[in-house]
Amino acid sequence: MNGAVEVVRAGALTTVQDAGRIGWAHLGVPRAGALDAPARRLANRLAGNGADAAVLETTVTGCAVRPDRPVVAVVGGAPCRVTVDGRPVAWGTPVRVPAGAVLDAGPAVRGLRSYLAFGGGLLPEPVLGSRSADLLSGLGPAPLRDGDVLPLGQAPAGLPGADAVPWPGAPAELVLPLHLGPRHTWFTDEALRTLTTAEYRVSAHSNRIGLRTRGPALNRAREGELPSEGMVLGAVQVPPDGRPVVFLNDHPTTGGYPVVGVVHETALAGAAQAVPGTRVRFVCAGRDAGRSGTGATPLP
Amino acid sequence: MSTGAGAGAGTGMGASAGAGASAGSGGHTGAGIEVLPAGPGALLVELSCGEHAEAFHAELLRRRALGELPAVREIVPGARTVLLDGIADRTPDGRARLARELASWRIPALRRDTGETVEIPVVYDGPDLADVAAAWGVTVAEVPRIHAGTEFRVAFCGFAPGFGYLTGLPEHLHLPRRATPRTRVPAGALALAGAYTGVYPRPSPGGWQLIGRMPEPGGLWNPAREPAALLSPGVRVRFVAAEVRS
Repeated sequence: MNGAVEVVRAGALTTVQDAGRIGWAHLGVPRAGALDAPARRLANRLAGNGADAAVLETTVTGCAVRPDRPVVAVVGGAPCRVTVDGRPVAWGTPVRVPAGAVLDAGPAVRGLRSYLAFGGGLLPEPVLGSRSADLLSGLGPAPLRDGDVLPLGQAPAGLPGADAVPWPGAPAELVLPLHLGPRHTWFTDEALRTLTTAEYRVSAHSNRIGLRTRGPALNRAREGELPSEGMVLGAVQVPPDGRPVVFLNDHPTTGGYPVVGVVHETALAGAAQAVPGTRVRFVCAGRDAGRSGTGATPLP
Repeated sequence: MSTGAGAGAGTGMGASAGAGASAGSGGHTGAGIEVLPAGPGALLVELSCGEHAEAFHAELLRRRALGELPAVREIVPGARTVLLDGIADRTPDGRARLARELASWRIPALRRDTGETVEIPVVYDGPDLADVAAAWGVTVAEVPRIHAGTEFRVAFCGFAPGFGYLTGLPEHLHLPRRATPRTRVPAGALALAGAYTGVYPRPSPGGWQLIGRMPEPGGLWNPAREPAALLSPGVRVRFVAAEVRS
């Protein structure tokens, strides 16, 4: 047996996440996976795991677990107070947790989501090749509850090479580089100017499905419903209220509201850590050269 | 759906009414293919109609099977589009080249008579059967006959894992969604809206016209099974009336 961790305090919303469920979007299966992918990779590396091992992703209030074997653990992502049996230990670096001791990742001091990686990784049953919880369609392990037990993988041989690395902080201002399209022509020129010049704020209604915003509404140049079409990670969908929503990992695979642009994937880790009220700026990353065709629509 | 707080998931059961598949034709050339950017790693190919989109998707799968398609992670058909996501060559030049190539394809007419077929036993006893019969101008008893006599094809999936948007009903039988959506549609409900027929894999709110039910909807989606989805894009579907109450 490789041991297990027992959930002592599940926190507001703690889920198991790995690199996600890739390759099933055509069946309506969201990708899921850790929202702050660089933090997941870094925590795993420090714990001596492969980058894609399954970790815990907390939301705002942290969580606490008790391993039944000694384990190397790393708490990264959103900074927080970390203790082992009540004794403070380092955040963001590997710590040894004895068998039966309680590792507690406290509420996030900055940012929203902390990541707990364990040497050997977490091994709940995979679904379609991933151990990630998908909160849109309910695939994968359910959000943690007190008393849940999660199996651990075999502890990696030897100690991880790195012991301290720089972690990016939560953004004071969230700058999102935006590639226009595919449906920017559904919006007025004024709306496109508004999007890239006005100040938006992260809405408290954001979740793993999307980062919702508060700010000026974007007016459409054409009305009507968009026949359902495929959606990508980072798509900025504009629902009828006109406030852009940035699709995160649990986003629906198809949607019927127009996507004005797509945020560059590397900016989404910041979106995962931006607390409600954070200023959001969409900056134009370019009008892509992808457009091509024999259709009648001219280049905008 | 497990979340009521979906981030404006506009897909719902809301695919537009009347996004009709046109009658079969003798194939499509590059005319009516438009390739739109969808971020640095994806292209959205928009076709002239649903039937054209199904034909384009079939051609994509054919070329991918032959190894003629540059590496992409996901091919996601929609009502009138196909999304190519996770394009391995993310350089602007690579994407532009792929976009030009896709736009130049000659697309063979969709063959509705080939491919894997599944049969779904259903009971035609839905609460909207009488309304559908009235809208179609037929008797209630004729609705199951017409529906079960139709050769359907999964155009695309979405809304929830296991839900397929099935085309095949001729345009004069396309109906709008109900004016007031139901707050709860049971798992297995057999429903119509616009150009589509579908079976709800799980209970959810929904606005489609309910004409029957699949008694054992668990067969639609089972991630422990290979394949997980009974209905994937391109699969042909026939509904078999198990019993009709009138």
